[in-house]
Amino acid sequence: MDMMEYFSNADLVGSSPILALGTFSLIALLVNSLVKNSQKIVFWVCVAGVVVSLWFAFDNFELNHTAFSDMLLVGGYASFYSILFLVITLFALFLSVPYLEKEEYHLGEYYILIILSTIGMMLMGSAGDLITIFLGIEIMSVAFYVLAGYFRTKLSSNESALKYFLLGAFATGFLLYGIALIYGTTGTTNLIRIAAQYPQAFMDPLHLIGWGLVLIGFSFKVAAVPFHMWVPDVYEGAPTSVTAFMSTGGKAAAFSAFILAFSVPMSMHDPKLTMVIAILAAASMLIGNWFGLSQTNLKRMLAYSSIAHAGYMLIGIASGTQLGQQGITFYLVSYGLTNLGAFGVIAMLEKENGKNLSYEDYAGLARTKPALAALLSMFMFSLTGIPPFAGFVGKYYLFASAVQSNLTWLAILGVITSLFSTYYYLRIVVYMYFREGGEELPPLSRISFATVVLSGIGIVVLGIVPSLILDVLKSMF
Amino acid sequence: MTTELTIALAILLLPLVSFILLIFTGKRYNEKSGLVGTAFLGADLLLSLYILFAKIPSEAKVWDFTFTWIDFHSFVNNVPLKLDIGIMVDNLTAVMLVVVTLISFLVHLFSLAYMKGDIRYSRYYANLGLFTFSMLGIVITNNYLLMYVFWELVGLSSYLLIGHWYEKKSASDAAKKAFLVNRVGDLGFFIGIMIVWMQFSTLTFDGIFSSIQNGNIPFNSNTWLTAAGLLIFCGAVGKSAQFPLHVWLPDAMEGPTPVSALIHAATMVAAGVYLVARTFPMLTADALLYIAYIGAITAFIAATIAIAQNDIKKILAYSTISQLGYMVMGLGVGAYTAGVFHLVTHAAFKAGLFLASGSVIHAMHHALHQVNDHHTDAQDIRSMGGLKNKMPVTFWTMMIFTLAISGVPLTSGFLSKDEILAGTLAFSKFSGHTIIPIIGFLVAGLTAFYMFRMMIVVFFGDHVDRNRADHLHESPRVMTVPLIILAALSFFAFYSFNPISASHGWFFENVTTPTVVVPESVSATSTEEFVEEVHHQHTLAMILSVSVAGLGILIAFATYYWKKISADAVADALKPLYNFFSRKWYFDELYDATVVAATIGVARLLAWFDSVIIDGIVNGAASVTRLGSVISGKFDSIVVDGMVNFTAYSAGFFGMLLRTIQTGKLQTYIVFALIGLMVLLALYI
Amino acid sequence: MQAYIPIFLMIGVGLFLGITFLTLQRFLGPHRPNPEKLSTYESGMPPVRTARERFSVKYYMVAVLFILFDIEVIFLYPWAVNFRALGVFGYIEMILFILILLIGYIYILKKGALQWD
Repeated sequence: MDMMEYFSNADLVGSSPILALGTFSLIALLVNSLVKNSQKIVFWVCVAGVVVSLWFAFDNFELNHTAFSDMLLVGGYASFYSILFLVITLFALFLSVPYLEKEEYHLGEYYILIILSTIGMMLMGSAGDLITIFLGIEIMSVAFYVLAGYFRTKLSSNESALKYFLLGAFATGFLLYGIALIYGTTGTTNLIRIAAQYPQAFMDPLHLIGWGLVLIGFSFKVAAVPFHMWVPDVYEGAPTSVTAFMSTGGKAAAFSAFILAFSVPMSMHDPKLTMVIAILAAASMLIGNWFGLSQTNLKRMLAYSSIAHAGYMLIGIASGTQLGQQGITFYLVSYGLTNLGAFGVIAMLEKENGKNLSYEDYAGLARTKPALAALLSMFMFSLTGIPPFAGFVGKYYLFASAVQSNLTWLAILGVITSLFSTYYYLRIVVYMYFREGGEELPPLSRISFATVVLSGIGIVVLGIVPSLILDVLKSMF
Repeated sequence: MTTELTIALAILLLPLVSFILLIFTGKRYNEKSGLVGTAFLGADLLLSLYILFAKIPSEAKVWDFTFTWIDFHSFVNNVPLKLDIGIMVDNLTAVMLVVVTLISFLVHLFSLAYMKGDIRYSRYYANLGLFTFSMLGIVITNNYLLMYVFWELVGLSSYLLIGHWYEKKSASDAAKKAFLVNRVGDLGFFIGIMIVWMQFSTLTFDGIFSSIQNGNIPFNSNTWLTAAGLLIFCGAVGKSAQFPLHVWLPDAMEGPTPVSALIHAATMVAAGVYLVARTFPMLTADALLYIAYIGAITAFIAATIAIAQNDIKKILAYSTISQLGYMVMGLGVGAYTAGVFHLVTHAAFKAGLFLASGSVIHAMHHALHQVNDHHTDAQDIRSMGGLKNKMPVTFWTMMIFTLAISGVPLTSGFLSKDEILAGTLAFSKFSGHTIIPIIGFLVAGLTAFYMFRMMIVVFFGDHVDRNRADHLHESPRVMTVPLIILAALSFFAFYSFNPISASHGWFFENVTTPTVVVPESVSATSTEEFVEEVHHQHTLAMILSVSVAGLGILIAFATYYWKKISADAVADALKPLYNFFSRKWYFDELYDATVVAATIGVARLLAWFDSVIIDGIVNGAASVTRLGSVISGKFDSIVVDGMVNFTAYSAGFFGMLLRTIQTGKLQTYIVFALIGLMVLLALYI
Repeated sequence: MQAYIPIFLMIGVGLFLGITFLTLQRFLGPHRPNPEKLSTYESGMPPVRTARERFSVKYYMVAVLFILFDIEVIFLYPWAVNFRALGVFGYIEMILFILILLIGYIYILKKGALQWD
């Protein structure tokens, strides 16, 4: 029989980034099991995999078709997000090495799990079908569950993993149920074919409920209120390098699928769904920023900040416009860089057993480590959304999209809650610059520092010349 | 980008490179940093001169390079929403580049000796670089956006320089005052820019002016156009120390004297005048009238205050304000070229005056130090006297600057002041506002008087303390050379070969009034008519100005040299007026009583709000969390004990629902999610 | 709604059967309890300790791995049924699939997950 009957060259080309990374993950696994003390080799195999995959993703950028009978999207949006995930992965990999060495818990499996979850992300970002989204979420999440519990001798890490797993499974249940209902009412799981049935399918309440359940599944993944409860515990308990990766890559992946699921099939102007998403956004901004105010642990603070940022990005989904989707995408890039940098700094300064993580511990940092303090301040400014950092441009776009879609109240709420957030973001700057202190710090690694500096440069460049990304986005949507 | 614009960009960036270099490596090579900074500025000056000599004969009216910085890919009022930025060089820019780099270079040079041994020597030079960079940025951009950015950078770097000796409370206070007072003006500037942006969706000068020319007026109302112009002018009021925001400038004397020279001659204060010049085409007749009056009032107030000051730098500070008022008045009456011309000539002789006073103070410091006198104020002119023979170079150069600022013929100041005065005469002829030329001539006389008062008290007669006088010496060569250069530049020949009129010199030929774009009904007198009238008034203005200047000088000599008139007797006779002047018209007191007091009141209110409400919210969030965990603990024990009954259960539910909490218990999380789900579904269906 | 009738029917039948049988045995079956009968059934051995005991993690490990490779068989089954129709392509696919699982198996072996001691 002719093989071409089952798949074509185009399918292989389209899935090449994912296939490449998958192959490398298997090689890494083999190396890890056959060679003793092979963490470094495994690490470089994984880096090589990411680089090769990046090359394929760039190569695919100009394409615009689907693969495997519309299961996967190829080029443009998919490539952009694949590149974003891969770059985040690269940053996370380089941040992890010194961190794991410092914590004296350095295993090859860590890197393999990281790139396995990246495969899941890439599937989510290029999904043309609800089933692909589901597969991607599961591949990513299962790897995350294990990573969260990576410090298996630590109680907090175990707790984090278990909570994440149970709630993640719970969320998946919603998602699957929703997908089942959508399939039941439209007879397909393909997003474009669902879109073709747009007005009449929505007459059926079961279809609506299906989307509602899918929405809730996603809300769990992006950590929107009221499905956010796992975030602080998981972020705090997981190893800091994992938190950095989860909060950036994981969130970006969830949003990439969110956009695909909620804008491709409906061109989304269902007023009820819009209202629900708007309420989720508003609640996330309010609760996230409100609880952020009273935190003393930096990882926890960033967890609540992550909830709040999910709220900002949901504004873009609620607006349902191209501007909103571009805004989310830009926001994810800037948020990814910023959070990687912030967590990178925190990982560098963290001491054994999760010490040195509170605001007080950062007092006087500007004197002892001026470069780190300056970088962390930059990241905090970017998270707050102060120009000239990338966070500002992202927020501008999202709020503009809200105004464009007559959701001005959401934009106003966003601005007000951003104002609240300055309190806890800038508090750390205050501690670093205006408080005396300064215990002995762990030795800082050069690789981490270089990574953090790179993300710092990234947010400044994107803040000053956002056109670099915006012009690319323009061509995608 | 053309070669010339690349060079212009290099001019802009060189001081920034100097700044970055010195701020990071300065501490390591402390003594070298001065030379490095000076070398950078020297190169910058040469490049600026190249640009000037290339631009003036060039055919093109303007060299411009614009690129789209951010394209928002959307439309507002059918105009694409994007931000264009860029640089441009026209004749005005070319002249300003040379003025800024020249003065900055000389200040760098002068500071080599003046700041020698300073504890933050390298920081000082780094900040000078930043300051020069920001000022060059203002001059070279072609849009309000970058201009505003550089505008704020000037504010920042002036803050750093004025507060250079921040251990001194007065210095750090002065720095803060300068920064804050400038912010007031900047706010207006910012609102003005916003109005412009709202209407035109562009911020380039070119784009705005051509839009207005095509009849695109903000909100279709000429009043709004006037308002936009005046709001932008607010920025100039702050930076150029115009009434009522002039109060920061005298205090800024707390900075090192070369910094004062830089701020007062070529950089910060010139920025405001430059801004008015750039905005000139979109100013309506009403706006210009207002500007002219602000300038005139400023010139008059400052001149009266200067009479009653005894601190050598304070006198110069008020004379700066007064002269700035002159420039603004010149622009306001429509004598565009004259106003800008005065900016240029004033830059040379005012920088000279400050550097010369720096030289005097330097010598005084030195002498006081030698005689172990730590009480006498080295800047008080009453403790000087007789320095003429001790410091001949300083004296003669300072004399030339004083003649220039007083508007004595053969000096550059005479040329520019004359043109402004002729402009005011012409203006009063057209508009009937005779008060403006009257103030103009009055201030010319006052200027001559107080400047010569200062010269006579400082340099003539005998030194007050013979012992100290033996220790007074001329300043070193690095300090006197800049003075000599600036003195040379205060002669007429550099600007026009005709000693009594500049109107056919290269400056007037090349820096011409830009085309006014506002609708005809609200535009000021047309340029041709105006120039014609200025020519008619020129002789009258010249005769009048020379006589009032002469009169001022004569009175100064009569009072302080020949002692025919007793200054004390006059002061006593006019006690209230004298006090009024010497206390600077009580502006500081007035602001303290109103603006400052109100601000402090608001600050107290905010502090209260912060400590009670905000902290309350924060603590509230914390205690709600704590309360929540207590409740959930109870909730748990109830469940575990098997005492579940439905009422308790739902009560617990509602407690949770009302107090969103982070218990750390997985069960509660799921319960929350389910409640959230129900609420959403209820909303949804 | 028409399409869902079989499902409701199924639910109804399930409920009916469950309830019926449970009720029937209550009435029909003999009811003669003694201590032996009431004790927990544990492979015929007398129960000595509480049932809520911590088991060694090895049990779970084996159980998880068993399920994993058990499911592999479920994937193999449809392929085996359609072996002819899928041909060489299917054959290569399945080899790849098994290879991937094999790598996992090597990992398990090397890490000693299957060593009991």
